[in-house]
Amino acid sequence: MSRVHDMGGRFGDGAVVPEAEDAPLHAPEWHKRALAMTVASGALGAWPIDAARRARESVAPKDYARFSYYEKWIAGLADLLVERGLVSAQELRDSGSLAGDTPVPGPLDFRALRASKVAEALERGGPSARENGVSARFAPGDSVRTLRPAANRIVEGGHTRLPGYAAGATGRVLMCHGAHVLPDTNAHGLGECPEPLYAVVFAASELWVDAENPRDEVILDLWQSYLVPA
Amino acid sequence: MPHDHHDDDHPHSLLPPDPALRVRALETLLLRKGLIDPAALDAIIDTYETKIGPQNGARVVARAWADDGFRARLLSDATEVISEMGYYGRQGEHIVAVENTDETHNIVVCTLCSCYPWPLLGIPPSWYKSDAYRARVVREPRRVLADFGLELPAGQAVRVWDSTAEIRYLVIPQKPPGTEGMDEDALMTLVTRDSMIGTGLARVPARAPE
Repeated sequence: MSRVHDMGGRFGDGAVVPEAEDAPLHAPEWHKRALAMTVASGALGAWPIDAARRARESVAPKDYARFSYYEKWIAGLADLLVERGLVSAQELRDSGSLAGDTPVPGPLDFRALRASKVAEALERGGPSARENGVSARFAPGDSVRTLRPAANRIVEGGHTRLPGYAAGATGRVLMCHGAHVLPDTNAHGLGECPEPLYAVVFAASELWVDAENPRDEVILDLWQSYLVPA
Repeated sequence: MPHDHHDDDHPHSLLPPDPALRVRALETLLLRKGLIDPAALDAIIDTYETKIGPQNGARVVARAWADDGFRARLLSDATEVISEMGYYGRQGEHIVAVENTDETHNIVVCTLCSCYPWPLLGIPPSWYKSDAYRARVVREPRRVLADFGLELPAGQAVRVWDSTAEIRYLVIPQKPPGTEGMDEDALMTLVTRDSMIGTGLARVPARAPE
Protein backbone atom coordinates (compact mmCIF):
# COMPACT_ATOMS: atom_id res chain seq x y z
CA MET A 1 0.00 0.00 0.00
CA SER A 2 2.86 2.31 0.72
CA ARG A 3 5.60 4.02 -1.22
CA VAL A 4 9.33 3.72 -1.44
CA HIS A 5 10.03 6.55 1.00
CA ASP A 6 8.34 4.62 3.83
CA MET A 7 11.47 2.72 4.81
CA GLY A 8 11.38 2.58 8.61
CA GLY A 9 12.41 -0.92 9.77
CA ARG A 10 13.66 -2.02 6.35
CA PHE A 11 16.58 -4.46 6.20
CA GLY A 12 19.62 -4.32 3.96
CA ASP A 13 20.78 -0.70 4.02
CA GLY A 14 24.14 -1.33 5.64
CA ALA A 15 26.07 0.82 8.08
CA VAL A 16 25.33 4.43 8.94
CA VAL A 17 28.40 6.50 8.09
CA PRO A 18 28.81 9.36 10.59
CA GLU A 19 30.41 12.63 9.55
CA ALA A 20 32.69 14.92 11.49
CA GLU A 21 30.80 17.61 13.37
CA ASP A 22 32.49 20.28 11.26
CA ALA A 23 32.18 18.56 7.86
CA PRO A 24 31.07 20.98 5.12
CA LEU A 25 27.28 21.00 4.82
CA HIS A 26 27.06 21.33 1.09
CA ALA A 27 29.54 19.48 -1.00
CA PRO A 28 29.26 19.48 -3.95
CA GLU A 29 28.31 23.08 -4.62
CA TRP A 30 25.04 22.33 -6.46
CA HIS A 31 23.54 20.95 -3.22
CA LYS A 32 23.29 24.45 -1.78
CA ARG A 33 21.75 25.78 -5.00
CA ALA A 34 19.15 22.99 -4.86
CA LEU A 35 18.35 23.80 -1.23
CA ALA A 36 18.04 27.54 -1.83
CA MET A 37 15.97 27.09 -4.98
CA THR A 38 13.58 24.77 -3.15
CA VAL A 39 13.16 27.18 -0.24
CA ALA A 40 12.72 30.19 -2.54
CA SER A 41 10.22 28.36 -4.75
CA GLY A 42 8.24 27.23 -1.72
CA ALA A 43 7.87 30.91 -0.80
CA LEU A 44 5.94 31.48 -4.06
CA GLY A 45 2.98 30.23 -2.04
CA ALA A 46 1.85 27.82 -4.75
CA TRP A 47 1.93 24.69 -2.55
CA PRO A 48 2.14 23.74 1.15
CA ILE A 49 4.96 21.64 2.63
CA ASP A 50 2.69 18.58 2.57
CA ALA A 51 2.50 18.82 -1.23
CA ALA A 52 6.28 19.21 -1.43
CA ARG A 53 6.71 15.99 0.58
CA ARG A 54 4.11 14.25 -1.60
CA ALA A 55 5.97 15.31 -4.75
CA ARG A 56 9.31 13.96 -3.47
CA GLU A 57 7.92 10.64 -2.33
CA SER A 58 5.95 10.21 -5.58
CA VAL A 59 9.13 10.00 -7.62
CA ALA A 60 9.23 6.54 -9.22
CA PRO A 61 10.79 3.94 -6.87
CA LYS A 62 13.70 3.30 -9.21
CA ASP A 63 14.48 7.04 -9.27
CA TYR A 64 13.96 7.46 -5.51
CA ALA A 65 16.49 4.70 -4.88
CA ARG A 66 19.18 6.05 -7.21
CA PHE A 67 18.69 9.78 -6.59
CA SER A 68 20.83 11.47 -3.99
CA TYR A 69 19.03 13.58 -1.41
CA TYR A 70 18.94 16.89 -3.26
CA GLU A 71 18.15 15.18 -6.56
CA LYS A 72 14.89 14.09 -4.93
CA TRP A 73 14.23 17.69 -3.95
CA ILE A 74 14.87 18.95 -7.47
CA ALA A 75 12.69 16.23 -8.98
CA GLY A 76 9.83 17.05 -6.62
CA LEU A 77 10.28 20.76 -7.28
CA ALA A 78 10.23 20.35 -11.07
CA ASP A 79 7.10 18.19 -10.87
CA LEU A 80 5.30 20.72 -8.64
CA LEU A 81 6.26 23.68 -10.84
CA VAL A 82 4.67 21.95 -13.82
CA GLU A 83 1.66 20.74 -11.81
CA ARG A 84 0.94 24.32 -10.66
CA GLY A 85 1.44 25.76 -14.15
CA LEU A 86 4.43 27.90 -13.17
CA VAL A 87 6.65 26.10 -15.69
CA SER A 88 5.64 24.09 -18.76
CA ALA A 89 6.89 20.63 -19.67
CA GLN A 90 8.29 22.13 -22.87
CA GLU A 91 10.27 24.71 -20.88
CA LEU A 92 11.75 21.92 -18.75
CA ARG A 93 12.60 19.96 -21.89
CA ASP A 94 14.36 23.00 -23.35
CA SER A 95 16.10 23.99 -20.11
CA GLY A 96 19.11 21.74 -20.73
CA SER A 97 20.25 24.01 -23.52
CA LEU A 98 20.11 26.99 -21.12
CA ALA A 99 22.36 25.46 -18.53
CA GLY A 100 25.55 26.61 -20.20
CA ASP A 101 24.34 30.20 -20.55
CA THR A 102 25.02 33.02 -18.18
CA PRO A 103 21.65 33.34 -16.47
CA VAL A 104 19.73 36.41 -17.54
CA PRO A 105 17.19 37.16 -14.80
CA GLY A 106 13.77 38.14 -16.06
CA PRO A 107 11.57 40.78 -14.40
CA LEU A 108 10.70 39.42 -10.95
CA ASP A 109 7.27 37.84 -10.63
CA PHE A 110 5.15 39.51 -7.95
CA ARG A 111 5.13 36.25 -5.97
CA ALA A 112 8.92 35.77 -6.02
CA LEU A 113 10.72 35.87 -2.68
CA ARG A 114 12.82 39.06 -2.60
CA ALA A 115 16.25 38.99 -0.99
CA SER A 116 15.06 41.67 1.43
CA LYS A 117 12.29 39.32 2.64
CA VAL A 118 14.37 36.17 3.12
CA ALA A 119 15.08 36.66 6.83
CA GLU A 120 11.44 37.44 7.54
CA ALA A 121 10.19 34.44 5.53
CA LEU A 122 12.58 32.01 7.21
CA GLU A 123 11.73 33.39 10.65
CA ARG A 124 8.00 33.18 10.03
CA GLY A 125 8.14 29.55 8.91
CA GLY A 126 4.87 27.72 8.42
CA PRO A 127 3.25 26.70 11.70
CA SER A 128 0.82 23.78 11.30
CA ALA A 129 -1.06 24.22 14.59
CA ARG A 130 -4.65 25.44 14.23
CA GLU A 131 -7.29 26.59 16.71
CA ASN A 132 -10.24 25.13 14.85
CA GLY A 133 -9.64 21.39 14.91
CA VAL A 134 -12.22 18.74 15.74
CA SER A 135 -12.42 17.91 19.44
CA ALA A 136 -9.90 15.59 21.04
CA ARG A 137 -10.98 12.00 21.45
CA PHE A 138 -7.93 10.81 23.39
CA ALA A 139 -5.96 11.95 26.42
CA PRO A 140 -2.48 11.08 27.71
CA GLY A 141 -2.45 7.53 29.05
CA ASP A 142 -5.14 6.25 26.69
CA SER A 143 -4.49 3.04 24.79
CA VAL A 144 -4.84 3.46 21.04
CA ARG A 145 -4.35 1.32 17.96
CA THR A 146 -3.22 2.62 14.57
CA LEU A 147 -5.13 1.83 11.41
CA ARG A 148 -3.95 -1.00 9.24
CA PRO A 149 -2.82 -0.84 6.49
CA ALA A 150 -0.99 2.49 6.56
CA ALA A 151 -2.56 4.40 3.70
CA ASN A 152 -4.25 7.61 2.72
CA ARG A 153 -7.97 6.89 3.06
CA ILE A 154 -9.12 9.84 0.95
CA VAL A 155 -6.88 9.65 -2.13
CA GLU A 156 -5.74 6.26 -3.43
CA GLY A 157 -1.94 6.11 -3.28
CA GLY A 158 -1.95 9.53 -1.64
CA HIS A 159 0.25 11.13 0.98
CA THR A 160 0.00 9.99 4.59
CA ARG A 161 2.24 10.22 7.64
CA LEU A 162 1.51 6.87 9.24
CA PRO A 163 4.57 4.73 8.46
CA GLY A 164 3.93 1.13 7.44
CA TYR A 165 5.98 -0.26 10.31
CA ALA A 166 3.55 1.25 12.85
CA ALA A 167 0.31 0.15 11.16
CA GLY A 168 -2.04 -1.92 13.30
CA ALA A 169 0.09 -1.41 16.41
CA THR A 170 -1.16 -0.71 19.92
CA GLY A 171 0.42 2.08 21.91
CA ARG A 172 -0.29 4.72 24.52
CA VAL A 173 -0.90 8.43 24.10
CA LEU A 174 2.03 10.31 25.61
CA MET A 175 1.28 13.93 24.64
CA CYS A 176 -1.45 15.91 22.92
CA HIS A 177 0.03 18.51 20.59
CA GLY A 178 -3.28 20.26 19.86
CA ALA A 179 -4.88 20.42 16.41
CA HIS A 180 -2.61 20.37 13.35
CA VAL A 181 -3.18 20.50 9.61
CA LEU A 182 -3.91 17.01 8.23
CA PRO A 183 -1.31 16.08 5.58
CA ASP A 184 -3.59 13.47 3.97
CA THR A 185 -5.90 16.21 2.68
CA ASN A 186 -3.62 19.24 2.54
CA ALA A 187 -1.04 17.52 0.33
CA HIS A 188 -3.75 17.04 -2.29
CA GLY A 189 -5.38 20.47 -2.22
CA LEU A 190 -8.33 19.10 -0.25
CA GLY A 191 -8.11 21.54 2.64
CA GLU A 192 -6.28 21.73 5.96
CA CYS A 193 -8.88 19.72 7.92
CA PRO A 194 -7.03 20.23 11.24
CA GLU A 195 -7.43 17.52 13.85
CA PRO A 196 -5.74 16.59 17.13
CA LEU A 197 -2.18 15.32 16.86
CA TYR A 198 -0.73 12.98 19.50
CA ALA A 199 2.70 11.65 20.40
CA VAL A 200 2.00 7.93 20.75
CA VAL A 201 4.53 5.60 22.39
CA PHE A 202 4.92 1.98 21.27
CA ALA A 203 6.98 -0.74 22.91
CA ALA A 204 9.71 -1.83 20.48
CA SER A 205 8.45 -5.38 20.96
CA GLU A 206 5.05 -4.30 19.59
CA LEU A 207 6.67 -3.18 16.35
CA TRP A 208 9.56 -5.60 15.79
CA VAL A 209 9.98 -9.36 15.95
CA ASP A 210 13.45 -9.01 17.47
CA ALA A 211 13.45 -5.87 19.58
CA GLU A 212 16.96 -5.13 20.83
CA ASN A 213 15.93 -4.44 24.41
CA PRO A 214 12.58 -5.04 26.11
CA ARG A 215 12.60 -1.51 27.57
CA ASP A 216 13.08 0.30 24.25
CA GLU A 217 10.27 2.37 22.76
CA VAL A 218 9.41 4.20 19.55
CA ILE A 219 7.31 7.37 19.56
CA LEU A 220 5.42 8.74 16.56
CA ASP A 221 3.30 11.85 16.05
CA LEU A 222 -0.06 10.62 14.77
CA TRP A 223 -3.26 12.37 13.79
CA GLN A 224 -6.52 11.42 15.48
CA SER A 225 -7.99 9.85 12.32
CA TYR A 226 -5.06 7.41 12.24
CA LEU A 227 -6.10 6.03 15.63
CA VAL A 228 -8.88 3.96 17.19
CA PRO A 229 -9.37 3.16 20.89
CA ALA A 230 -7.61 -0.03 22.01
CA MET B 1 -11.78 7.15 -4.54
CA PRO B 2 -9.73 9.66 -6.55
CA HIS B 3 -6.22 8.50 -7.22
CA ASP B 4 -2.98 10.42 -7.15
CA HIS B 5 -2.48 11.59 -10.73
CA HIS B 6 1.08 12.46 -9.93
CA ASP B 7 2.04 8.89 -10.78
CA ASP B 8 1.05 9.28 -14.43
CA ASP B 9 3.49 12.01 -15.22
CA HIS B 10 6.98 12.83 -13.99
CA PRO B 11 8.08 16.04 -15.72
CA HIS B 12 11.36 16.04 -13.78
CA SER B 13 12.62 13.35 -16.16
CA LEU B 14 12.68 16.03 -18.89
CA LEU B 15 15.60 17.77 -17.12
CA PRO B 16 19.20 16.93 -18.11
CA PRO B 17 20.53 13.65 -16.64
CA ASP B 18 23.58 15.02 -14.81
CA PRO B 19 22.47 16.28 -11.33
CA ALA B 20 24.62 19.43 -11.30
CA LEU B 21 23.43 20.29 -14.80
CA ARG B 22 19.84 19.54 -13.81
CA VAL B 23 20.00 22.04 -10.94
CA ARG B 24 21.71 24.60 -13.15
CA ALA B 25 19.09 24.16 -15.88
CA LEU B 26 16.16 24.59 -13.49
CA GLU B 27 17.76 27.56 -11.77
CA THR B 28 18.41 29.27 -15.12
CA LEU B 29 14.83 28.65 -16.20
CA LEU B 30 13.38 30.04 -12.95
CA LEU B 31 15.64 33.10 -13.13
CA ARG B 32 14.56 33.81 -16.70
CA LYS B 33 10.94 33.50 -15.69
CA GLY B 34 11.45 35.85 -12.73
CA LEU B 35 10.26 33.21 -10.25
CA ILE B 36 13.40 33.40 -8.13
CA ASP B 37 15.51 36.36 -7.11
CA PRO B 38 19.20 35.37 -7.40
CA ALA B 39 20.04 37.59 -4.42
CA ALA B 40 17.40 35.74 -2.39
CA LEU B 41 19.12 32.43 -3.15
CA ASP B 42 22.41 33.87 -1.91
CA ALA B 43 20.71 35.16 1.24
CA ILE B 44 19.17 31.73 1.95
CA ILE B 45 22.52 30.00 1.52
CA ASP B 46 24.26 32.57 3.71
CA THR B 47 21.64 32.12 6.44
CA TYR B 48 22.21 28.39 6.74
CA GLU B 49 25.97 28.61 6.32
CA THR B 50 26.70 31.38 8.79
CA LYS B 51 23.69 32.30 10.95
CA ILE B 52 21.79 29.11 11.74
CA GLY B 53 23.51 25.94 12.90
CA PRO B 54 24.07 23.63 15.87
CA GLN B 55 25.51 26.51 17.89
CA ASN B 56 21.89 27.65 18.41
CA GLY B 57 20.83 24.33 19.91
CA ALA B 58 24.04 24.20 21.93
CA ARG B 59 23.15 27.54 23.52
CA VAL B 60 19.76 26.16 24.55
CA VAL B 61 21.26 22.99 26.03
CA ALA B 62 24.01 24.88 27.88
CA ARG B 63 21.44 27.20 29.42
CA ALA B 64 19.31 24.23 30.48
CA TRP B 65 22.36 22.67 32.16
CA ALA B 66 23.26 25.91 33.91
CA ASP B 67 19.78 27.04 34.99
CA ASP B 68 17.22 24.64 36.50
CA GLY B 69 14.37 27.12 36.13
CA PHE B 70 15.11 27.51 32.43
CA ARG B 71 15.39 23.73 32.08
CA ALA B 72 11.95 23.21 33.64
CA ARG B 73 10.37 25.80 31.33
CA LEU B 74 12.15 24.29 28.32
CA LEU B 75 10.76 20.85 29.11
CA SER B 76 7.23 22.18 29.53
CA ASP B 77 7.04 24.64 26.59
CA ALA B 78 10.12 24.54 24.39
CA THR B 79 8.58 26.45 21.48
CA GLU B 80 7.94 29.52 23.61
CA VAL B 81 11.21 29.41 25.54
CA ILE B 82 13.31 28.90 22.41
CA SER B 83 11.56 31.60 20.41
CA GLU B 84 12.23 34.01 23.30
CA MET B 85 15.91 33.30 22.61
CA GLY B 86 15.34 34.26 18.97
CA TYR B 87 15.35 30.73 17.59
CA TYR B 88 12.19 30.19 15.62
CA GLY B 89 11.16 29.69 12.03
CA ARG B 90 11.10 27.29 9.16
CA GLN B 91 11.24 23.66 10.33
CA GLY B 92 11.17 24.75 13.94
CA GLU B 93 7.64 26.06 14.36
CA HIS B 94 6.76 23.51 17.05
CA ILE B 95 9.56 22.27 19.29
CA VAL B 96 9.54 19.68 22.08
CA ALA B 97 12.66 19.15 24.20
CA VAL B 98 13.31 15.64 25.53
CA GLU B 99 15.86 15.04 28.23
CA ASN B 100 18.33 12.18 28.51
CA THR B 101 18.64 10.63 31.96
CA ASP B 102 20.29 7.58 33.50
CA GLU B 103 17.05 5.71 32.74
CA THR B 104 16.29 6.94 29.19
CA HIS B 105 18.29 7.89 26.11
CA ASN B 106 16.42 9.71 23.33
CA ILE B 107 17.18 9.56 19.59
CA VAL B 108 15.45 11.51 16.81
CA VAL B 109 14.79 10.39 13.23
CA CYS B 110 12.40 11.07 10.38
CA THR B 111 11.78 7.73 8.67
CA LEU B 112 9.48 9.22 5.99
CA CYS B 113 11.68 12.12 4.85
CA SER B 114 14.24 14.21 6.72
CA CYS B 115 12.39 16.44 9.23
CA TYR B 116 14.92 18.18 11.47
CA PRO B 117 14.85 21.27 13.75
CA TRP B 118 16.53 23.71 11.35
CA PRO B 119 16.47 26.84 13.58
CA LEU B 120 18.29 24.92 16.33
CA LEU B 121 20.59 22.57 14.42
CA GLY B 122 20.81 23.97 10.89
CA ILE B 123 20.70 21.73 7.83
CA PRO B 124 20.90 18.02 8.70
CA PRO B 125 24.11 16.08 8.07
CA SER B 126 24.09 13.52 5.24
CA TRP B 127 23.85 10.49 7.52
CA TYR B 128 20.63 11.83 9.08
CA LYS B 129 19.04 11.87 5.60
CA SER B 130 20.50 8.51 4.56
CA ASP B 131 18.39 5.45 3.86
CA ALA B 132 20.48 3.45 6.35
CA TYR B 133 19.72 5.78 9.27
CA ARG B 134 16.05 6.25 8.38
CA ALA B 135 15.47 2.53 7.85
CA ARG B 136 17.44 1.14 10.77
CA VAL B 137 17.32 3.44 13.78
CA VAL B 138 13.69 2.72 14.64
CA ARG B 139 14.25 -1.05 14.55
CA GLU B 140 17.80 -1.40 15.88
CA PRO B 141 18.82 1.85 17.56
CA ARG B 142 21.59 0.24 19.60
CA ARG B 143 23.30 -1.20 16.51
CA VAL B 144 23.03 2.20 14.83
CA LEU B 145 24.59 3.85 17.90
CA ALA B 146 27.42 1.31 17.59
CA ASP B 147 28.11 2.78 14.10
CA PHE B 148 28.70 6.05 15.98
CA GLY B 149 30.97 4.33 18.49
CA LEU B 150 28.42 4.62 21.26
CA GLU B 151 27.30 1.80 23.55
CA LEU B 152 24.51 2.37 26.07
CA PRO B 153 24.05 0.38 29.27
CA ALA B 154 21.35 -2.31 28.89
CA GLY B 155 19.55 -0.70 31.83
CA GLN B 156 19.11 2.58 29.95
CA ALA B 157 15.98 2.44 27.78
CA VAL B 158 16.09 3.91 24.27
CA ARG B 159 13.28 6.10 23.05
CA VAL B 160 13.35 6.74 19.30
CA TRP B 161 11.24 9.73 18.20
CA ASP B 162 10.06 9.41 14.60
CA SER B 163 9.23 12.98 13.43
CA THR B 164 6.12 12.15 11.42
CA ALA B 165 4.44 15.57 11.88
CA GLU B 166 5.64 19.20 12.21
CA ILE B 167 6.80 18.75 15.81
CA ARG B 168 10.60 18.92 15.99
CA TYR B 169 12.39 17.20 18.84
CA LEU B 170 15.54 18.48 20.53
CA VAL B 171 17.47 16.04 22.71
CA ILE B 172 18.92 17.54 25.87
CA PRO B 173 22.01 15.37 26.45
CA GLN B 174 23.14 14.50 29.95
CA LYS B 175 25.49 17.04 31.48
CA PRO B 176 28.94 15.46 31.48
CA PRO B 177 30.94 14.93 34.65
CA GLY B 178 33.62 17.48 35.52
CA THR B 179 31.53 20.49 34.52
CA GLU B 180 30.78 21.86 37.98
CA GLY B 181 31.12 25.63 38.04
CA MET B 182 31.38 26.01 34.26
CA ASP B 183 29.36 28.91 32.82
CA GLU B 184 27.01 28.80 29.86
CA ASP B 185 29.63 29.78 27.28
CA ALA B 186 32.04 27.10 28.47
CA LEU B 187 29.29 24.47 28.64
CA MET B 188 28.26 25.28 25.06
CA THR B 189 31.56 24.00 23.73
CA LEU B 190 30.70 20.54 25.07
CA VAL B 191 27.39 20.24 23.23
CA THR B 192 27.77 18.49 19.88
CA ARG B 193 25.24 18.33 17.08
CA ASP B 194 25.06 14.54 17.37
CA SER B 195 24.38 14.79 21.12
CA MET B 196 21.27 16.87 20.33
CA ILE B 197 20.03 14.23 17.85
CA GLY B 198 20.87 11.42 20.27
CA THR B 199 23.53 9.65 18.22
CA GLY B 200 26.25 11.01 20.49
CA LEU B 201 26.91 12.19 24.01
CA ALA B 202 28.11 15.60 25.13
CA ARG B 203 31.90 16.00 25.30
CA VAL B 204 33.60 15.47 28.62
CA PRO B 205 35.78 18.52 29.41
CA ALA B 206 39.51 18.02 29.16
CA ARG B 207 40.96 17.65 32.64
CA ALA B 208 42.81 20.77 33.72
CA PRO B 209 46.53 20.17 34.28
CA GLU B 210 47.21 19.62 37.97
